[in-house]
Amino acid sequence: MSESVPSLADEVVLELAGVSRRFGTNVANDKVDLVVRKGSVHAVVGENGAGKSTLMKIAYGQIRADEGSIRIKGRQMPIAKHNPMKAIELGVGMVHQHFMLVPPLSVAENVVLGREPLKGLVLDLDKAAGELQALSEKYGLHVDPTAIVETLSVGEQQRVEIIKVLWQGCDILILDEPTAVLTPLEVDQLFDVLRGLVAEGVAVVMITHKLDEVVALADDITVMRRGKVVDTLEGQGASVESIAQAMVGRSVLLQVAKAPANPGEDVLVVKALSALGQSGLPALRDVSVTVRAGEIVGVAGVEGNGQSELQECIVGLRKPTSGTVAVNGQDWSGMHVAERYRSGLAHVPEDRHARAIVLDFSIADNLILGRHREFSKGPLIDREARAKEAEARIADVDIRPADASVHAGTMSGGNQQKIVIARELNRPANAILVCAQPTRGVDIGAIELIHKQVIAARDAGLAVLLFSAELAELQSLSDKLIVLYGGEVALRMDAEELAKEGARAKIGAAMTGASASQESA
Amino acid sequence: MSDVFGAVFSVYFLAQLVRTAAPYVLAALGGTISERSGVVNIALEGKLLVGAFCCAVGAIESGSATVGALCGILGGMVVGWLYGLAVLRFGADQIVSGVAINLLALGLTRYLLKLFYGSTANSPPAPGFGDSVWRNVLLYVVIGLVLAFQFGFRRTRFGLRLRAVGEHPEACETLGLSVLRIRWMAVLIAGGVAGLGGAWLALDNHAFVANMSGGRGYIALAAVIMGSWRPKYVALACLLFASAEALQVVMQVAKVPVPREFVQSLPYILTMVAMAGLIGRSRAPASLGKPHERG
Repeated sequence: MSESVPSLADEVVLELAGVSRRFGTNVANDKVDLVVRKGSVHAVVGENGAGKSTLMKIAYGQIRADEGSIRIKGRQMPIAKHNPMKAIELGVGMVHQHFMLVPPLSVAENVVLGREPLKGLVLDLDKAAGELQALSEKYGLHVDPTAIVETLSVGEQQRVEIIKVLWQGCDILILDEPTAVLTPLEVDQLFDVLRGLVAEGVAVVMITHKLDEVVALADDITVMRRGKVVDTLEGQGASVESIAQAMVGRSVLLQVAKAPANPGEDVLVVKALSALGQSGLPALRDVSVTVRAGEIVGVAGVEGNGQSELQECIVGLRKPTSGTVAVNGQDWSGMHVAERYRSGLAHVPEDRHARAIVLDFSIADNLILGRHREFSKGPLIDREARAKEAEARIADVDIRPADASVHAGTMSGGNQQKIVIARELNRPANAILVCAQPTRGVDIGAIELIHKQVIAARDAGLAVLLFSAELAELQSLSDKLIVLYGGEVALRMDAEELAKEGARAKIGAAMTGASASQESA
Repeated sequence: MSDVFGAVFSVYFLAQLVRTAAPYVLAALGGTISERSGVVNIALEGKLLVGAFCCAVGAIESGSATVGALCGILGGMVVGWLYGLAVLRFGADQIVSGVAINLLALGLTRYLLKLFYGSTANSPPAPGFGDSVWRNVLLYVVIGLVLAFQFGFRRTRFGLRLRAVGEHPEACETLGLSVLRIRWMAVLIAGGVAGLGGAWLALDNHAFVANMSGGRGYIALAAVIMGSWRPKYVALACLLFASAEALQVVMQVAKVPVPREFVQSLPYILTMVAMAGLIGRSRAPASLGKPHERG
């Protein structure tokens, strides 16, 4: 085992050897080895469904391995008896991709849960709060112990997760896609915290899709594909391209190739739109944006600055308080969602599980979801037409598995998203595409395909409004860009400005509310 | 009209109110603890009924109200155990199992009543805790339980875990807590407390009467929701519902000229109005009604 590790005198704190786990006939982990050294960052990369999360949950004792061995700090853990309780005792902590925090409880309550300090029979939360305060100051993880978790932002919640793990006394920290939901600023802060922890000897194991992060942070890299380790790399000298190639097994086009836009008439015209948000407070103020046929207008912004409300107003899921949405000169204000679809709307929602697919439905049924009239004969579903459609779309966008009867819930995020894209882009009346977070939780192979599809839609003459939390994605796809801040348009950029040096910094500044002039001064 | 006011603001009314409210409060506390852990408790009705029956049998056979009350608690816990077996052990649907248990309780108590005492309507007279509600030791047990629940939920280890399990069982699992164990405790305690509610009914009535719970379990469930799963508010909601019922009794006794049917339907109307007004404002534990599957 030790030969595979760089010949450093570093202590191995976590060692998985020959770990396998099957779910039914699906082999999630196939004889996987992983060696994590003290005081290092170990990145585990791979496409969705490569078995990374399963592997981490095995290390944490949350999923039982079928075979293999787990050693934590030199102690052999019998695989049948490993569990989170033992993992935590041995110093292994895990921050899950979907946070394991109880929303209505306070920060302190969440942190102590399972290991509560008592004073007699009563919880001693004051003691815990004091300890949290000390930890948060030491590592720069600022949180208020008395705050209720559900009132915190995603970034703050992640800090709570990390503090929880540190308070438990863990020095092997497993992070499952820690940056997926963070703003660029929060990512930087997280990395500072992680560097501080590593300097103290903590071992960090991090699952991520974002290869630039891997290059920036990792000392060791394990690449997984279809349940197996296909490569182990040293962080030093690894490049995004080399990791991507190892992940996908072929070279990947990271830069999107696209011809300059050839815009036509104004298609989507949003005029002075204002709307209230979920909380009943104003979320959009006087937003105007025009998208012409054959162009992509990107919308940037930190989550919660009106992007969701703008999408919902255009799609018809939210009633604006004032302003209008018009498409091809037709006012959409009084139209309900179905009418908008018939009049040319295509929509890729930001939360595909909530709004775009039914996980318990087959691929075929998801592909005609909301388009049943097109695939019906009278009141009956035209099964032949549905089968034909499924076959065509599966081939179009390379949906895997290529079996129309497979349930969407068993598929990777990337393939689920391909279903949504294929369905929406093949609506017969398409004129505009409202596309939100098209590659969220999607693996790198599928990202490439989805980007190509969006550009193909543009080139076919659709007016595309693209919302994304990925600045790089917005920059490479958009022909124009607006930045939303506090529900208002804080910045507008055309293609020329987008291509300029320093465009990214300018966008970033507008996203956080700093005006562009301050930035350049 | 002065009759009405006279009837309402009387010591008699107050005693009637407390006497009516106590079984609601006990059943609702049971519902609260169970639902806080994520287990719907529509079986409260059955627990009340079985609790009342067991209490009557215990009290009659031993001649002691205290023994009766303990038997009521035990009976409720047995029903709780049965319910736990269905929904926790075997992951059965909580609503369907709860309704099944209520129907079972209705039939079984009737059957046993016939078997033990040869009557389908009521048992022989049972001893009670005396006729003054203020000198009823159970009343102070009820008040103590409300305070203990209120404090316990917020400030004890079990309370914290209970709340956490009801909201986010997966999170508890990742911390090494046993979701099922916590839910089992909650369901058994719920059974015991609701069973005591049944015992109150039987002791207060000095006998067991077939179907004597009379839908109180369902109204208690409404009180749980109206009190937004917090013991002290749940208890207040029970007082509100009970006041409608007590009013009905008092008005009948005072012969207030209001149609009897209207007065009788007051508690139910109040329940519906309260529930309708509260929709969206009162938030249920997030995992309520969802069976837990281990990862």
